[in-house]
Amino acid sequence: MSDAKAQARGPQDRPMSPHLQVWRWHVTMLTSILHRGTGMALYVGLLVVAGWVVALAAGADAFNAYRALLASPLGLLVLFGLTVAFLYHLANGVRHLVWDSGKGFEPKTADMTGWAAIVFGVVAAVLIWIIAFLGMGAGQ
Amino acid sequence: MTSYRTPLGRAKNTGSAKHGVSHFIAQRVSAIALAPLGLWALYSSLGLSRAGFDGAQAWLHAPVNAVLSILLAVAAAIHMRIGMMEVVEDYIHKPSTKAVLLILNLFVCVLACVAAVFCILKIALIGAAV
Repeated sequence: MSDAKAQARGPQDRPMSPHLQVWRWHVTMLTSILHRGTGMALYVGLLVVAGWVVALAAGADAFNAYRALLASPLGLLVLFGLTVAFLYHLANGVRHLVWDSGKGFEPKTADMTGWAAIVFGVVAAVLIWIIAFLGMGAGQ
Repeated sequence: MTSYRTPLGRAKNTGSAKHGVSHFIAQRVSAIALAPLGLWALYSSLGLSRAGFDGAQAWLHAPVNAVLSILLAVAAAIHMRIGMMEVVEDYIHKPSTKAVLLILNLFVCVLACVAAVFCILKIALIGAAV
C-alpha cells in the first residue's frame, strides 16, 4: 500500500476485526473465550473464599451459617463449578505463559493443548470431588 | 510501513499511554505465583471441607497456612483486578460507565484483600471471636 493512500485513511477505512459470528468455531477460539469466562467466575469465587475467612474471624455462629450455605445443593454446585473453572484457568494460563516464550503457536499444537486444558479442567475437578466425598465418608 | 493512525490521531499525537507493559508483566508474575498457591489452597480445602469451626481456626493458626493464605490473598487481588480491568476496558465503551466500573473493580479487590489479610492475621495471632 502506498504511503499516500495510508495518509488518506480515516476512521471509517481502518481495518476492522470481523465480528465473532462470522468465524467457524474452533477449539483455540473456545479456549480463549473460556479463559475470560472462567476468570470472571473465579473473581466471584475468590470473593466467596474471602467471605469464608471473614466468617471464620467473626465467630462460630457466622462460620457455621456460612458453611451451611456452602454445603447446600446450590453451594456445592457453585463450588464444583469453581473447581472446574480454577483447574481450566490454571491449565490454560500455562498455555499463555508458554506462548509468551514464543512457543506452541503451531495450529496443531495449539489445538491439542487447547483440548488438553479443557479435558484437564473437567477430569481433574471430577477426580478431586470424588476424593473429597470418599474422604468425607472415611472421616465420619 | 503502513500506518493505521487516523489523521486526527496523528495531529493530536495521542496513542499508547505507555503504561500497558507493567500490567502485562504484573498479570504474568501474579499468575506464576497463583499456580502453586491456588493448588495449595485447593489441596487444603479438601481437609477444610471436613473441619468445623475449631478445625478451621486451628488450621489458619499454623504460621505456614497463615503466611501462604496472605500471599494468596495479595496475588489473587492483583490478578483479579487486572483481569477484570481488561474485560471492562474491552467491552464497556461509554466513558462514564467505564470509569465507574474500573473504580468499583479496584475498590472491591482492595477491600476483599485487606479484609481477608486482616481476618487471617486476627485468627493467626489472637484467634477468632468465640
